Amino acid sequence: MSRLAFRDLCVWFGEGEGRVDAVKHATFEVPSGASFGLVGESGSGKSTILRALMGLAPNWSGEMVVGERRLGAKRDRAFYKEVQMVFQDPYASLHPRHSVDQVLSEVLKLHGFSDIDRRVNALLADVGLGPGYRFRYPHQLSGGQRQRVAIARALAPEPSVLLLDEPTSALDVSVQAEVLNLLTDLREEHGLTYLMVSHDLAVIAHMCEATAVMQNGEIVEMLSVEDMRAMRAGHPYTRHLLESASGYNPNAEQMA
Amino acid sequence: MMSDSLDDPRLDDPRLGFRGWLLTDTPTSRFHARCVALYSGWLKFRSNTMAMLGLIILILLVLIAAFAPWLAPHDPLAQDLAGRLKPPLSEGHLLGTDSLGRDILSRIIYGSRITLYIVTLVALIAPVVGLLVGTVAGYAGGIVDAVLMRLTDIFLAFPRLVLALAFVAALGAGIENAVLAISITAWPPYARLARAETLTIRNSDYIAAIRLQGAGPMRIITRHIWPLCISSLIVRVTLDMAGVILTAAGLGFLGLGAQPPSPEWGAMVAEGRRFILDHWWVATMPGLAIFIVSLAFNLLGDGLRDVLDPKDAG
Repeated sequence: MSRLAFRDLCVWFGEGEGRVDAVKHATFEVPSGASFGLVGESGSGKSTILRALMGLAPNWSGEMVVGERRLGAKRDRAFYKEVQMVFQDPYASLHPRHSVDQVLSEVLKLHGFSDIDRRVNALLADVGLGPGYRFRYPHQLSGGQRQRVAIARALAPEPSVLLLDEPTSALDVSVQAEVLNLLTDLREEHGLTYLMVSHDLAVIAHMCEATAVMQNGEIVEMLSVEDMRAMRAGHPYTRHLLESASGYNPNAEQMA
Repeated sequence: MMSDSLDDPRLDDPRLGFRGWLLTDTPTSRFHARCVALYSGWLKFRSNTMAMLGLIILILLVLIAAFAPWLAPHDPLAQDLAGRLKPPLSEGHLLGTDSLGRDILSRIIYGSRITLYIVTLVALIAPVVGLLVGTVAGYAGGIVDAVLMRLTDIFLAFPRLVLALAFVAALGAGIENAVLAISITAWPPYARLARAETLTIRNSDYIAAIRLQGAGPMRIITRHIWPLCISSLIVRVTLDMAGVILTAAGLGFLGLGAQPPSPEWGAMVAEGRRFILDHWWVATMPGLAIFIVSLAFNLLGDGLRDVLDPKDAG
C-alpha cells in the first residue's frame, strides 16, 4: 500500500518567458512506513516536490495522492495533521521572538489538543530535550537543539508522514549524526513514513530504503539501498554521484 | 504551570537571589521567561548613557505633568498686567512673565500636560493604523497591496504640515483636531515600514512552518508578523515624536492647534514672537522646553533601537 504517490508531477515558477520548470514529470510512490530519499544536486527540484506537496508551490500539474486522497489546490487542516515537514535551516525555521513553549503550544492549540502542558513536555522528551529547554528562545539554543525543536513542532499534530528537507545540512558534522539517529528512532517509535531530501548520498544510504535520483528537475533513476551500497547504477549521473560520495570515504582510499 | 515554578530555580542557580532568577538560562515558566527577556533588554538599555538620559527626562516630564498643580508657583492663566514682561529670575517669577503678566514657568509646567496628551494620542493612533495597513498589504499582496499602498502614496505626496493644516482648517481649530490631523498625516511612513518588514518576514521558513500547521492569515499577521514589526515601529515612533511635538507646536504657532489662553508650548512661542527682540525670554523658554523634550525622545529612540531592533538580536 502506498502512503504517498506522485504521478506525472510538474512544478513551475513564473509565467510566460520567465517560466522555470523546476520539476518535470516526476512519478514515484512511497510505501506506508517506508523511508524514501530524493537525491540530487542543488536546483535539481527535489525540495520543490516537498513544497508542492505541502501547498507552498502553487503552480503544479499532475497528481499527488496522500493515502486515499487526491490533493487539490487547497490543503485543509486534516491534511496538515497527517503530513508535516521539517525545514532545512533551523536558524530560519523558528520564530525569533517565540519561546520553545510558545511554538509547541500554539501548534497543539491549532490542532485542537486540550492537554497542552503535558504534550509539550512529552514532545520535548521525544526529541531528547529536557524540560529545562521549554522556556528558552531560539537564540539561546544551538543549531542541533533548534532542529530538535523544529522536529518536535512537526511531530506535534501526530502526523503519519514526515517530509524532511535536508534536515541536517545546516548542522555540524557531529550534530548531524545525532539528529539522523533521532529521526531513525522516532520513525520506529511512531511508525512514520519519511520522504527525505538530501544532496548527501551517505545520509540517504543511512536513512532510506529506496531513493530517486534527480537531475535538472527530472527523476533519472530509482535505486534501492542495496544498489547504492553495491554501487550499481545505470545512469551516468548516478554513477558520478556515487563516485563523488565514495571519494570522501577513507576506507575507499585504503582499498585503492 | 504553578507546579513547574515551584521547583525553585533559585536553589539550582549559582547566582542566588532575585538577580540570579532574572538572569538564568533556564527559565521555568512563561512568566519567568518573559521577565528574563525584559531584564536582559533593560540591562542592554541601561548601558546606553544617552538613552538613559532621554528616559530620565521623559519620566521627569510625566511627573511634572502629573503634579503640575503642586509644582507650578502660580495659576497659569492668572493675569497681572502690572507685572507684565518681567525678565527671568525676577522675584516670584523664575522664568519671567509674558505680555499679560502670566508666569512663564507655570505655563510651561501646565503645557507639559498638553504636550503629553498630543504625544500619547498620536502614538496610539498613527502607528496602529500604519501597522494594520502595512502588514495587511504586505501579507495579502496583489490587489489589496496595490490599493492600500497607492492610498498611502497619496498621503505621502503632501508635505506633512500642509496636509495637517488642511485637515485642521476643515475640521476646525482645536487641540483634538490637531491631534487627529497629525495622526492622519503621520501613519503612512509606518505603513511603509510595516509593509517592508512584512515582505521580508512573509517568505521566511517560520511563517511557512506555521502555515503548514493550518494557521490562517489573521493569526499569522497578529501573532507572528506583528511581534516582529512592532519593535522597529516603536523605535520609529520615539524618533518621530520629536517631529510630532514640533508639528503640534507648529500648528499652535499658526493658531490652529491649542487655542489661547491654554498654555500650549507652540502657541506660547507664537505669542512671544511679537516681543522677541526686546523680551527674548517669552519665546525662548517654551522653545527650550520643546527642544529638550524632542531631544529626549530622540535619545530614547536611539537607545530603544539598540535593544529592540530584531536585526541585531541573535
